[in-house]
Amino acid sequence: MNSDTYDLAIVGAGPAGMAAARTAAAQDLSVVLLDEQPAPGGQIYRSIRRPAPEDRRILGPDYYHGETLVRDLDHSRIEYRPGTTVWALDDDHTLCASSPEGSTRIHAQRILLATGAQERPVPFPGWTLPGVMTCGAAQILLKSSGLVPSQPLVLAGSGPLLLLIAAQLHRAGVAIEAVLDTTPAGHQLDALPHLPGALRNLPLLWKGLGLLRELKQAGIQRFAQVSDLRALANEEGRLHQVQFHADNATHRLPAQSLLVHQGVVPNVQLSRALGLEHRWHELQQCWHPVTNDWGETSREGVFISGDSAGIAGAKAAEQAGTLVALEVARQLNRLSTTQRDEQARPALKDLARERAIRPFLDALYQPARSFLSPADETLVCRCEEVSAGELRQMVDEGCRGPNQTKAFCRSGMGPCQGRLCGLTVSQVIAERRGVPVDEVGYYQIRMPIKPLTLGELADLHK
Amino acid sequence: MQATHHSARTADLCLIGGGLVGLATALGLQRHGLNVTILDEADVALRASRGNFGLVWVQGKGDTLPEYAQISRLSARLWSDLASRLREDTGIDVELQQRGGLYLSLTEQEVADREAMLLRMREAAGGDYPFERLDLQQVRDFIPEAGPEVAGATWCPEDGHVNPLKLMRALTEAFLKHGGQIANSGRVESITPLAQGFKIQTPEGEWQCQKVVLSAGLGNRTLAPMVGLDAPVFPNRGQVLIAERVRPFLHYPTGHVRQTGEGTIQVGDSKEDVGFDSGTTTEVMAQIADRATRMFPILRGLRMVRAWGALRIMTADGYPLYQASEQYPGAYLVTCHSGVTLGAFHAGPLADWIATDQTDLPLEVFNAQRF
Amino acid sequence: MPNASEFPRIETGAAEWVEVEVDGQPIQVRAGDSAAAAVLAAGLVPSRSTPVNNSPRAPYCMMGVCFECLLEIDGTENVQGCMTEVRPGMQIRRQQGARHAEPVTHEDRQS
Ligand SMILES: Cc1cc2nc3c(=O)[nH]c(=O)nc-3n(C[C@H](O)[C@H](O)[C@H](O)COP(=O)(O)OP(=O)(O)OC[C@H]3O[C@@H](n4cnc5c(N)ncnc54)[C@H](O)[C@@H]3O)c2cc1C
Ligand SMILES: Cc1cc2nc3c(=O)[nH]c(=O)nc-3n(C[C@H](O)[C@H](O)[C@H](O)COP(=O)(O)OP(=O)(O)OC[C@H]3O[C@@H](n4cnc5c(N)ncnc54)[C@H](O)[C@@H]3O)c2cc1C
Ligand code: FES
Repeated sequence: MNSDTYDLAIVGAGPAGMAAARTAAAQDLSVVLLDEQPAPGGQIYRSIRRPAPEDRRILGPDYYHGETLVRDLDHSRIEYRPGTTVWALDDDHTLCASSPEGSTRIHAQRILLATGAQERPVPFPGWTLPGVMTCGAAQILLKSSGLVPSQPLVLAGSGPLLLLIAAQLHRAGVAIEAVLDTTPAGHQLDALPHLPGALRNLPLLWKGLGLLRELKQAGIQRFAQVSDLRALANEEGRLHQVQFHADNATHRLPAQSLLVHQGVVPNVQLSRALGLEHRWHELQQCWHPVTNDWGETSREGVFISGDSAGIAGAKAAEQAGTLVALEVARQLNRLSTTQRDEQARPALKDLARERAIRPFLDALYQPARSFLSPADETLVCRCEEVSAGELRQMVDEGCRGPNQTKAFCRSGMGPCQGRLCGLTVSQVIAERRGVPVDEVGYYQIRMPIKPLTLGELADLHK
Repeated sequence: MQATHHSARTADLCLIGGGLVGLATALGLQRHGLNVTILDEADVALRASRGNFGLVWVQGKGDTLPEYAQISRLSARLWSDLASRLREDTGIDVELQQRGGLYLSLTEQEVADREAMLLRMREAAGGDYPFERLDLQQVRDFIPEAGPEVAGATWCPEDGHVNPLKLMRALTEAFLKHGGQIANSGRVESITPLAQGFKIQTPEGEWQCQKVVLSAGLGNRTLAPMVGLDAPVFPNRGQVLIAERVRPFLHYPTGHVRQTGEGTIQVGDSKEDVGFDSGTTTEVMAQIADRATRMFPILRGLRMVRAWGALRIMTADGYPLYQASEQYPGAYLVTCHSGVTLGAFHAGPLADWIATDQTDLPLEVFNAQRF
Repeated sequence: MPNASEFPRIETGAAEWVEVEVDGQPIQVRAGDSAAAAVLAAGLVPSRSTPVNNSPRAPYCMMGVCFECLLEIDGTENVQGCMTEVRPGMQIRRQQGARHAEPVTHEDRQS
């Protein structure tokens, strides 16, 4: 069995992975950086090497910060492999990765999973209709291709990213029919106790308010405390209207495109497949893999940092990636403990500040219940087309957790491997059983965590 | 689970273990008018019934024990009746198909060995044992996609397959519909024989019953001694791969590859002695994919979407354990490594034996004294 | 091809343009676009139907998570369009229901 060997293998070239690569290379560690995307940047800095929009004001200065990180990848100790999807991590620290040339195995002393976040699945009636996509998807199309959604366009959801993307699309000259804010009443109050933490990061708070102001000045119609969101189809089965409840009335708006967003959640596919411990994060309503302060997991030599360890944003991801690299350098005898601590100080300070604002944002933008445990008619598993009602029926018949419902109604068995239904299924079951989500648990995820052809797999047996 | 909250936790009969074996047996017991409860674990447990290959397979089963060949074939014959009953009771089509199956081999030697084995079995069955040895050309009459490396196959018209997950669901729903109760009350901790019947302790309380059936798969090993029985079972891991949904093209199941009713391609399976580890490994998955793509090169371009490992419930000779406790009458042990194939047997003659303590079948060969 | 659903393109920086075919219609797209982006630019929505119930779908996440962007690309079915960059002359088609086991040829699809 052939495999290349490195000091540190990093999965994911977002801010966390790039910062880790930079810091590790500076300590003379050999680094391989793998990412399934064709270019580095991760989600926030997608296409940063060649962003499509001509006008830099559209995406804003926070986006172009990524240019520095990407430039630093140009280092003799860093081997960056784009278009490379990691689908397994074996017990002996060997990664299996698929690229157009086939699958290869990569061995490293230390492994960093910096696989980032995905947008939270947002089930509501009609969310599978063509014409409905996530805000993040629209942002990717804008960054990578300069494509913007067909209009009339409506945005619906909750969270800072929703506002950012609305503003970016507006700056790109897109007419926005309306922004539907689904943040439930009362969340401001819930967030209040966390305000002192937030105040430690005034610039970020200020940016958020700035976005709100920008949208207001643009005269974009905004509905608050929106509920009963529904995408309605025309005869061809395509989105043509958005229906919702707000201000004590039911509204319908014409729409060719509906962009939805309810925050982002860690991508835990690999850490799950490794069987690592995960804890339910009540405020963020998602699972976090358990790591120590340096990002190391209970599996010795395997680290997780950035949003895949828990949502804290791009800046925090960068700092967390740096810390992992310093600890790896210590473990591989490039730094003493004192040197590591010294070099870690600035990153730790920034990280603390970035993390301090999170509870405030998490409480403020926690999704409304109807998106976490949707009405019976709503499809939960898009791949296998299983509705919330069917899941509830399974619970009534005695299923206690998602692995039992999976076996009974195939939810989570399609190609997305549960990425778009896993959170919802656990929450629907927990709610029906009247127990905490922790007690219900999650799908047992197995390698390969991304589909690969049987031919490619067979070729590894040589 | 509602059953956990019932105040009167009694049943005529309790089965410990609600996998394919427990459920099929329970369904048969209900036909005797018994009030039956199944005690099972929670969401995550070792469950062969959720990880198997779905074959209703007779060829080669029982090559050293004619009685095993006999019950396997009996079960295959009873299967269509079970499938129609399940459909009537639940509306679920378990996708039973019994039009024959092929065991493909990549070496001449293996085909020859299998032929010799099946000839011996034919002899033991007094000539009544249908099968054929096929060369590649004949294999292609069944499955045109067979690759050039295929040396041949053995074909048995009594083989078939079902959808094992639909089967689990249908059995569960039918059992509940006939008034059965399933309590996912966790691992049974102890069984205490009483003057009359048994007391069963679970993490969620006690049950009392007249009869108890151990159908806990690998869990039987620790349960059996509590009722004066012995269950020398051990795990043997199988890894299985599933490829994406494809329009129907494989019209017959084979020993290693089959297409499911949904269109997915199931590729299996390994036989590994790795203790209680039900995980997957790249090495073995690659080996499974290699064999399958050599048998059917067309599979090379299909994407595999999932894989899993599951533990078979093995005995030293691979044959089932069916035994009534002599020390504590009313306690029974039922376990086997081909619970899909034997499903109809368990739901029929085996359940009849437990309900009535009488049978015409030579079940005594399946007791643990043979080890 | 439906027009109202085409994703318009804003002013972009200098880039090469490549010609691909979306369901047989030639279209110019930017080098670096994904096949899913090309499909949206062409307004080919729904871009697939599911193998389960034939439900109409279109790209949803654009980052490899949802598998709603499955397309037939150069005769290979069920390819994740958002993870595949366009190449000159690429033939992109809707994915209709379950794939075939064998590679498709154009003639097959007429049936
Ligand atoms: C669609 C989207 C858009 C976002 N936009 C913004 C934004 O504009 N502003 C903002 O502040 N925050 C944004 N975020 C939040 C974002 O998660 C973080 O701010 C930041 O990107 C986190 O950095 P990271 O390094 O942890 O992960 P990411 O930046 O997400 O990077 C993870 C990388 O890992 C790769 N990867 C994942 N799995 C594998 C695998 N198995 N094999 C190989 N590679 C893999 C991915 O391709 C990705 O490049 C966005 C999030 C999403 C999901
Ligand atoms: C990879 C693989 C492929 C296979 N392919 C086929 C095939 O093609 N055809 C075929 O006929 N057979 C096949 N089999 C075998 C078949 O799956 C098993 O024979 C059958 O599922 C066994 O069912 P069971 O109910 O005895 O065991 P299980 O499904 O393991 O169920 C046992 C149940 O008992 C419960 N339990 C255990 N201990 C306790 C306790 N102390 N208290 C309460 N509950 C307990 C468990 O939680 C579990 O639910 C295959 C098996 C494997 C692993
Ligand atoms: S659009 Fe979601 S995977 Fe391609």
